[in-house]
Amino acid sequence: MAHSHDETEVAVLPPNKEKIKKLWTVAGILGAVTAVEFIFAFTLPHGPLKTAIFVTLTIVKAGYIVLEFMHLRYEVKVLFWSILIPMIFVVWMLVAFVYEGMKMADVNFLRF
Amino acid sequence: MGASYGKLMMWFFLLSDAFTFSGLLITYGLIRSQHPAFTGAVDAFTFSPEYWPIPEKVFEAVPFFHGLEAPLVFVGIMTFILIMSSVTMVLAVEAGHRMDRKAVEKWMLWTILGGITFLSCQAWEWTHFIVGTDTPTLVKDFVNGQWVTKEVFGANLKINQYGPQAFADFFFFITGFHGFHVFSGVLLNFLVYYNTVTGVYQRRGHYEMVEKVGLYWHFVDLVWVFVFTFFYLV
Repeated sequence: MAHSHDETEVAVLPPNKEKIKKLWTVAGILGAVTAVEFIFAFTLPHGPLKTAIFVTLTIVKAGYIVLEFMHLRYEVKVLFWSILIPMIFVVWMLVAFVYEGMKMADVNFLRF
Repeated sequence: MGASYGKLMMWFFLLSDAFTFSGLLITYGLIRSQHPAFTGAVDAFTFSPEYWPIPEKVFEAVPFFHGLEAPLVFVGIMTFILIMSSVTMVLAVEAGHRMDRKAVEKWMLWTILGGITFLSCQAWEWTHFIVGTDTPTLVKDFVNGQWVTKEVFGANLKINQYGPQAFADFFFFITGFHGFHVFSGVLLNFLVYYNTVTGVYQRRGHYEMVEKVGLYWHFVDLVWVFVFTFFYLV
């Protein structure tokens, strides 16, 4: 073995079938939710209900990506919470801007 | 903390990036809510700077099918491509845990391919958005100190045919910023692929780098999920 000084032999483990199956299940769920969004996009009338459904489905998809694909569910609790808790600021920004937006819409200075 | 330093820092970077994207998307919502919405029947919709456009009426073109109205189909394909490349990325991470160099190489290549395909789709979408539709929209523009009405095709940062100017500007900024993230992701993925092929991670004894870049790549997918909903669907 002439190259043994830089290529150490590494034991390759067999594929974790259970884990791979689970990953494909998550992918299937993401695809299915997107398909459902498409159906709603063309069957429901525009309005607050439609927006609420879309937001809910988006959060479901985001949850699957973050918890399963990004593996956050299986990380240590400190890491899990140090990522999740600061998201409060995003919620605050959302609430503040939507509130502000409604007030500005009342003033309506952009209507022409 | 029980988590590796590199992974922890990647997570914190992604957290700060999430704030940036939240800022862009929430501002989009704010500006949109200040403009009047189109109130008539969806079929009767025409482009006008007077109201915010219905997204599915703007994004309804598909490559090679000129003139065909296929609302959101192309964006749907792009979403599917990005989700699939996210799946191949987790499979690369899984292979890395098993020290399976060949499998990591294979799945990284698929991920890079997915990323490049997505970017190509976006290039087409941008081109279509900039060039515009067959029929122009009449838009009032302030030229040399007076208002003139002119026919406008497509969009740029100053004038556009689809609706209020902010609509086109947000399109360029939000999808552009996301596209730039995808581009950086493809570069990082290539770097990881290169290091895998040359055996850097095998000598190091672990494939954690695949995992860290994987986190970034999933984040790009995550952002697209939000952009898809708030820019294209709602």
